Amino acid sequence: MPAHAASAAAAPQPILSLRDVEKTYGRGNKQVDALRGVTLDVYPGEIFGIIGPSGAGKSTLIRCINLLERPEKGQIFIDGVDVTGFRGRRLREVRRNIGMVFQHFNLLSNRTAAGNVAFPMEIVGIPKGERARRVAQLLAFVGLEEKADRYPSELSGGEKQRVGIARALAMEPRILLCDEATSALDPDTTVAILNLLKSINQRLGLTIVMVTHQMHVVRSICHRVAVIDQGRIAEVGPVMELFSNPRATATRRLVGEAAGIA
Amino acid sequence: MLNPQVLQLLWQATLETLYMVACSSALGALFGLPVGVLLVVTAPGHILPNRVIHRITGVVVNIGRSVPFVILMIAIIPFTRMIAGTSIGTTAAIVPLTVSAIPYVARLVESALSEVDFGVIEAAESMGATPLQIIWKVLLPESLPSLVLGFTITTVSLVSYSAMAGAIGGGGLGDLAIRYGYQRFRSDIMIQTVVVLVVLVQLVQMAGNALARRLDHRHPS
Repeated sequence: MPAHAASAAAAPQPILSLRDVEKTYGRGNKQVDALRGVTLDVYPGEIFGIIGPSGAGKSTLIRCINLLERPEKGQIFIDGVDVTGFRGRRLREVRRNIGMVFQHFNLLSNRTAAGNVAFPMEIVGIPKGERARRVAQLLAFVGLEEKADRYPSELSGGEKQRVGIARALAMEPRILLCDEATSALDPDTTVAILNLLKSINQRLGLTIVMVTHQMHVVRSICHRVAVIDQGRIAEVGPVMELFSNPRATATRRLVGEAAGIA
Repeated sequence: MLNPQVLQLLWQATLETLYMVACSSALGALFGLPVGVLLVVTAPGHILPNRVIHRITGVVVNIGRSVPFVILMIAIIPFTRMIAGTSIGTTAAIVPLTVSAIPYVARLVESALSEVDFGVIEAAESMGATPLQIIWKVLLPESLPSLVLGFTITTVSLVSYSAMAGAIGGGGLGDLAIRYGYQRFRSDIMIQTVVVLVVLVQLVQMAGNALARRLDHRHPS
C-alpha cells in the first residue's frame, strides 16, 4: 500500500468518507451545533489532520467516525460501507478495525502496560499464547519492551501514550484515530510521539486521522489537513498548499497565530 | 478475670457472630453486586442507559435502605421461615442480615463503579468491547480497591446488625451481651463482649484496608 500523500490522493476509493454530518448538543435555545454539515474524504495511507480552535467541533468530528458520537444527520462510510446506522455486533466489528488514541491515554490503571495492550485482543478471544507474543512485538515496536510489567501510574506521559498507541495497533486496524494525542505532552515528548506516528504510517501504511489544535503537529506529519471552524469545514487541502496560500479566514487566523508564536 | 466457663461462652458467641457475618456479607455481596452494577450501567449516558430500570432499581434499593433493621427482621419472618425453615437461631438470622446488606452493597458498588473514568470505558467501547466485557474487564477490575473497601464497610455494619439479630434469638455476641450482661447484671461479661466486638471490627477493617491497598495501582507505589 502506498504510504505517500501524492499517490494516496490519486487512489480512487476513499477509506473514510463523511457526508453532510450534523451533530447538535442540548435542546431548545441551549442547543449547540457541534457539526453543521461536514463532508470530507480520507484516502488510504495518508495522515489526515483536522485542525481548528477549541470548540470548533473537531473532537466531535473524530468521535463520529467510530460512532462514539452518533450524528443526527449525514452518513459515515468506512471502505465504502455506510456504517452510520450500525449498532450492536456490526458496530463492534467496525470499531475493531479502527484504532483510537486519546488525549488522556485512557489506560486501565489496574493493568500493566502489557495488560493494556492485550486488552483489545482479549475482547475478540485471541488465545493467550498468541496474545503474549503480539503484546511483546507491539511493546517493542513502540520502544517499551522494558516497561511491560509497569502500571500506568509508574509511566511518564509519553510512555503512557506509547502504550495507548500499541493498544490501538493491537487489532491491526485499517484506520488510526488520534484525538489530541499529543496535547497533554511536553514539546520533546510530542516530537517523539509524532515521529512514532509517522513511522507507523510509513512502515505499516496505516491511514491516520488526527485532531489537534496545534499547527506544528499538522505541519510536521500531516499530508492533508482540514480546517474546521464553528462546525464547518472551512478549507481542505495538502498541508503546504493550505498554509502557504490560506484562503479561508479560519486558516489565515491559524497561520497568523502560528507565525506569532514562532 | 476470665474463667473457663465465661471464655467458653465468649468463644461460642464469637463463632456464631463470625458465622452470621461471614455468610450474610458473602451473600449480600453476591446479590448486591449485580444490583449495584445495574444501577450504574442503566444510568443516563452510561453503557446500557435505561430510564425505567434505573428508576425502579433505585426506588427498590432506597426502600430497602430506609427500613430499620429491627423492623425488617421482624417484618420478613415469614420469608425467613421459608428460606431457613425457622425464624430463630443463627442460621435464620442470616436471612434478614443478607436482605438488609443487599441494598447497602448495591449503593456502595454504585459509588465505587461511578468513580471509574468514563474515558477508559469509552476506550473499551472504541475497541469493540461488549457491555458485558466492559463490566467484567473494565468497571469491576478498575474499581476493585473501592469495592473491597465498600465490602469492608458492609461487613463492619453487619457485625453490629448481627448483635441486634441476637436480640430475637439469633445467638452471637449481641445475644450474649443482652442475656448475661444486661438481663443477669453481669457487666463484666457485657464489657468482655464489647471488647471482642471492637477487636473483631478492627481486624475486619485492617484486613480490608490492607487488601484494598495491595490491589490499588492507581497511584505510584
